[in-house]
Amino acid sequence: METSHPAATLEVRGLAFGYGGEPVQHDVSFDVKPGSIFAIMGASGCGKSTLLRALTGLLRPSAGTVRFGAQDYWSMEDKERETFGRRVGVLFQGGALWSSMTAAENVALPLQMFTRKNKSSIDALVQLKLSLVGLASGWSSMPADLSGGMRQRVGLARALALDPEILFLDEPSAGLDPVAAKRFDDLILELRDGFGVTVVMVSHELASLFGICDDGVFLDAQTHTAIAHGAPKTLRDQSDNPAVHAFMTREQPNGGATQAGADRP
Amino acid sequence: MCATGQSRQSSIRTLARCHHFLCSSGLVVSGDSAAPGLSTQDHGGDTLVTLSGDWTVHNDESRPAEPEAWLHRHDLRAILFDSRQLGRWDSSLLVYLAGLRRNAAPRSIRFDDSGIPVAARRLLALLPEHTAAAAPTPRPVFLERLGRAAISTATEWVAVTALLGGQVLEAGAAIFGRARMRRTDLFTCLYDAGIAALPMVALVNVLVGGILAFVGAIELRRFGADIYIANLVGIAQVREMAAVMTAIVMAGRTGGAYAAEIASMQGSNELDALSVLGVPIQDYLILPRVLALTLMTPLLYLYGSCVGILGGFAIAVGMLDISPALFIAQTRDAVTLSQIAFGLTKSLAFGALIAIAGCRIGLKAGRSATDVGHAATSAVVVGIVGVIMVDAVFAVCANALDI
Repeated sequence: METSHPAATLEVRGLAFGYGGEPVQHDVSFDVKPGSIFAIMGASGCGKSTLLRALTGLLRPSAGTVRFGAQDYWSMEDKERETFGRRVGVLFQGGALWSSMTAAENVALPLQMFTRKNKSSIDALVQLKLSLVGLASGWSSMPADLSGGMRQRVGLARALALDPEILFLDEPSAGLDPVAAKRFDDLILELRDGFGVTVVMVSHELASLFGICDDGVFLDAQTHTAIAHGAPKTLRDQSDNPAVHAFMTREQPNGGATQAGADRP
Repeated sequence: MCATGQSRQSSIRTLARCHHFLCSSGLVVSGDSAAPGLSTQDHGGDTLVTLSGDWTVHNDESRPAEPEAWLHRHDLRAILFDSRQLGRWDSSLLVYLAGLRRNAAPRSIRFDDSGIPVAARRLLALLPEHTAAAAPTPRPVFLERLGRAAISTATEWVAVTALLGGQVLEAGAAIFGRARMRRTDLFTCLYDAGIAALPMVALVNVLVGGILAFVGAIELRRFGADIYIANLVGIAQVREMAAVMTAIVMAGRTGGAYAAEIASMQGSNELDALSVLGVPIQDYLILPRVLALTLMTPLLYLYGSCVGILGGFAIAVGMLDISPALFIAQTRDAVTLSQIAFGLTKSLAFGALIAIAGCRIGLKAGRSATDVGHAATSAVVVGIVGVIMVDAVFAVCANALDI
């Protein structure tokens, strides 16, 4: 017996990207092992979300490759790229739900567009996804009527709609209270363990990074490249790089701890 | 021919049956995936469900016909699973298992999940055992809907009147330099509602003036009264067309933009940020827009009248052989100051109406992207319909006052 997701590694090699000729990052390379939870870390403005856009096909990199298995995403034909997109799920910041549809309709749309399921099968799948992410009510509510946490959950259910092989999460616990954020982290773990899905997440939340991530890459805004690779906990305990150390320990580069540094996980 | 067709159809049916049998028995793989299959075996009061094939969302092979009839057996005590023949699986399998568990629970049938994959068991544990059916929302009766509509309309009128009153007071304060708005905002709004609108107002009015000249010429020429084209174009433009056409252009262009802008500010909590700071939205946000449109629409009307008459002049002189001097003299005789004042007054009212409607609709919009679109559409519709209704009121008043 095997889960639905055949093992494939996400390989990023020599990736360079930016906006309007202005480079944001260059020579970024890393591997994401199948079934792992991988963190993209770095200070604000270093290009984490831009990297995620390059990985999810929203921004064409100026150099480098993004391979999933044997295929380089940016060398594929448009048709292949479209098909490949169905193997990927993305949770955008704040959920990015379609405002003219109910929560259930948001989750149903990918299933209606890309599967041949009938309405009752789609309804059953939508119910399952919304229940899996812990949304017991509000299925027929419009996004504007949902709380931030509920919107995140619906966004996650939508990202999971087509049972993707790889799940990209952009700041999944941003704006959630610590208890809700912890619950969301646990949910990501459960879904990873259950479906065997590979997770790539951008996050600032140290508790999330230390709690659930197996591996990661640290982007630097000064040098515009990846300056550290490894599990967030390992980077916290072993990295000599002052920028990485400061980020992971919430300490000022000159050695003074911030007030919030006291609650280090 | 017919016999051959029947024989072919029969063969296809036979093949389809064979394919279905092989798929359900897991012997055929369709593309990369085998059809999902299941079979049941009874062991006393227990039923063993054997799962096979690929149970995935993307597997287009449908699951074999529902075997749930066995669930209704009286002596059924437990459901067990054998997943050794199960291939790939995802939510598709979970949907089936969750459905079985939901059906088994109310009849006290034990759902023994020890035979299903561990990962699926963990995911199943995340799901509630019972899904409460959503209670149907009662549809309000006619009288209730009527009452609600009446209350909503009355409330809206109160809000619009309050907004209008507030704007009149704030405009008075602005004259004495006591309004709490930024001058830059006012100048930006004046530019947007004035100079930026000149090309569109010019285009619409020059065409309307030209059309009036053409239409008039056909009828007036029959009576040898070609020269009265100047009267027709002049009076129609100054008294009616320039004011209405300019207002319609402004309703579509600026009224809609005000509504969309304020609605999107609502969505991004910018209005809340202003309120929390204690900045009065009426002064800061609404007043520059209402002032700008109320001041600019009459000016645009004057500009539109001139351009419209110019359009009529071009057609009359260029195509209908009327002398330019005669057209100008005839226009000066026909267009009186009272008519210009009448047109200016209407434009002032139209400008205020469009601005107030656009701002009010933007303020009461929801917070989603769809609400922004609805607000813009409503502002344009209310603006245009309102302009025509107010114009009708002006026409009746002008008739009564003999203007």
